[in-house]
Amino acid sequence: MRDFYGVALDSPLMLGTAQYPSPAVMEAAFRASGASVATVSLRRETGGGQAFWQMIKGLGVHVLPNTAGCYSAREAVTTARMAREVFGTNWIKLEVIGHADTLQPDPFGTLEAAEILAAEGFEVFPYMTEDQVLAQRLVDAGCRVLMPWGSPIGSGLGLNNRYGLRTLRAAFPDIPMVVDAGIGLPSHAAAALEMGFDAVLLNTAVAQASDPVAMAEGFGLAVRAGALACAAGPMAPRDMAVPSTPVIGKAWL
Amino acid sequence: MSDITIIGAGVAGLWAAYALSQRGITPRLIDRAGAPAAHGCSWWAGGMLAPFCEGALSEPAVVAYGQQAAAAWAGVTHVQHKGSLVVTLARDRAELQRFAQRTTGHRRITGEALAKLEPDLAQPAREALFFETEAHLTPRLALAGLQAALAERGIMIEQAEVTPDDIEGTVLDCRGFAAAPALSGLRGVRGEMVMLRTSEITLSRPVRLLHPRHPLYIVPRGDGVFMLGATQIESEQRGPVTARALLELLSAAYALHPAFAEAQVIETGADLRPAFADHVPRVVQQGRVLHLNGLFRHGYLMAPALARQAVDFLETGRKGDLFHAD
Repeated sequence: MRDFYGVALDSPLMLGTAQYPSPAVMEAAFRASGASVATVSLRRETGGGQAFWQMIKGLGVHVLPNTAGCYSAREAVTTARMAREVFGTNWIKLEVIGHADTLQPDPFGTLEAAEILAAEGFEVFPYMTEDQVLAQRLVDAGCRVLMPWGSPIGSGLGLNNRYGLRTLRAAFPDIPMVVDAGIGLPSHAAAALEMGFDAVLLNTAVAQASDPVAMAEGFGLAVRAGALACAAGPMAPRDMAVPSTPVIGKAWL
Repeated sequence: MSDITIIGAGVAGLWAAYALSQRGITPRLIDRAGAPAAHGCSWWAGGMLAPFCEGALSEPAVVAYGQQAAAAWAGVTHVQHKGSLVVTLARDRAELQRFAQRTTGHRRITGEALAKLEPDLAQPAREALFFETEAHLTPRLALAGLQAALAERGIMIEQAEVTPDDIEGTVLDCRGFAAAPALSGLRGVRGEMVMLRTSEITLSRPVRLLHPRHPLYIVPRGDGVFMLGATQIESEQRGPVTARALLELLSAAYALHPAFAEAQVIETGADLRPAFADHVPRVVQQGRVLHLNGLFRHGYLMAPALARQAVDFLETGRKGDLFHAD
């Protein structure tokens, strides 16, 4: 299994910490899902969210701070530095948004920030489109993890461009990859794992479910199913039906 | 049940005093700044008595006890029984469907029915959820009403900055976030609000706008005054409303009705809601001190029930379901 900057995760599920009905529900969702990583946004809590941050540290999972809501490389770099101080980790999910409505990542700002952060010793998890050229540039900049989107943040549309994701996965066999954003259902998460992605990151699908804890458990099972399927070597789809029991002696021609 | 002192004259402390006075007990009531005002987060509340809407994101206790709130308040202030309305912008119709699935006590209305309730919100294709049995009040009048009811029974608010350690006898600590050092698990959740005045829009009841990024509620205060709220940020930082919060609240209001852009901004406010991890208020006993705290965004909805359980305990020794181990 590919590791994340030297860290092997117990579960290929990363969960966000926003939008839950309450911190108690969030904690129960983490427990039910078995998620191994919690992402947390620092943007809005500047200087005063200590109590909430303590709760997140108390979840007992790896913390991946993010730069959610940043629209420029400069903002993202500032937020990343703050996150490193608050959480004492070099991990940073780099998110530089390029469009307010679709929340598409800005590839140019992302690359610019990734170069700066990598040079400062950060271990960058860049949120990106599934663009293969951008992926190469980010790897050249020092990123050892890539986080292509499934579909726009919070949309729940699933894996919008399976061809692109599959191509990207094949092009960087040694780079751990997380499908981040757009995951709406456990089946989307399972599909990403089946395709060989190393993890999925999601938030809204669990936090805004009517029963977040049950949905979290569903995702935990789905990523396990997907990872098992990937490791087991899935059969290739065929155009011709193949009987699974012998047909000799029956009129089959 | 003698020598009872209440610290904090926000919605929790006033209700505790009122509940005691209803049973013939005259507690001392002390607040660091005297009468209810801008120093307490009760001052900045919306005043919606909307247990069913809150049910979308709250534990069942809030829905259950919240349904008793309107009747409890009727004795001390004017409660408006106009229901509440939940709407979306056209492209977010799916949000209304989700909200309907997560709540009870509503019916779907469109067209003429909506126009009859709130003519200024009616649009040909607009759908809304009407929570007919919900109510609302004006928080500052409600606090004044409680204060007046207490004064009639000889309970005046003393101004002094004290903690339970300074007081002998039984203490009901109702200081909100100020009691955080004494209460494990209590955190502050920042909230921000804006008051607007415009004669161009008329609303009769609270309206909630569901929005994937910037949910908003608008509570009409009468005389063309509207309260817009409220952000909910995991921060314990005090200080004035931020530009971002204003932008979000005002943009959402503008999207709901363009005439809000012409309204006058007459007040802004920000404070910290005291909250426990499950967002359900608690009575926590620490020896002779009972903490009534964690009312989060449900101060007006939950204070009557919380006060009643605290007073029941003092009278009978029985702990209700809002009691929580320290």
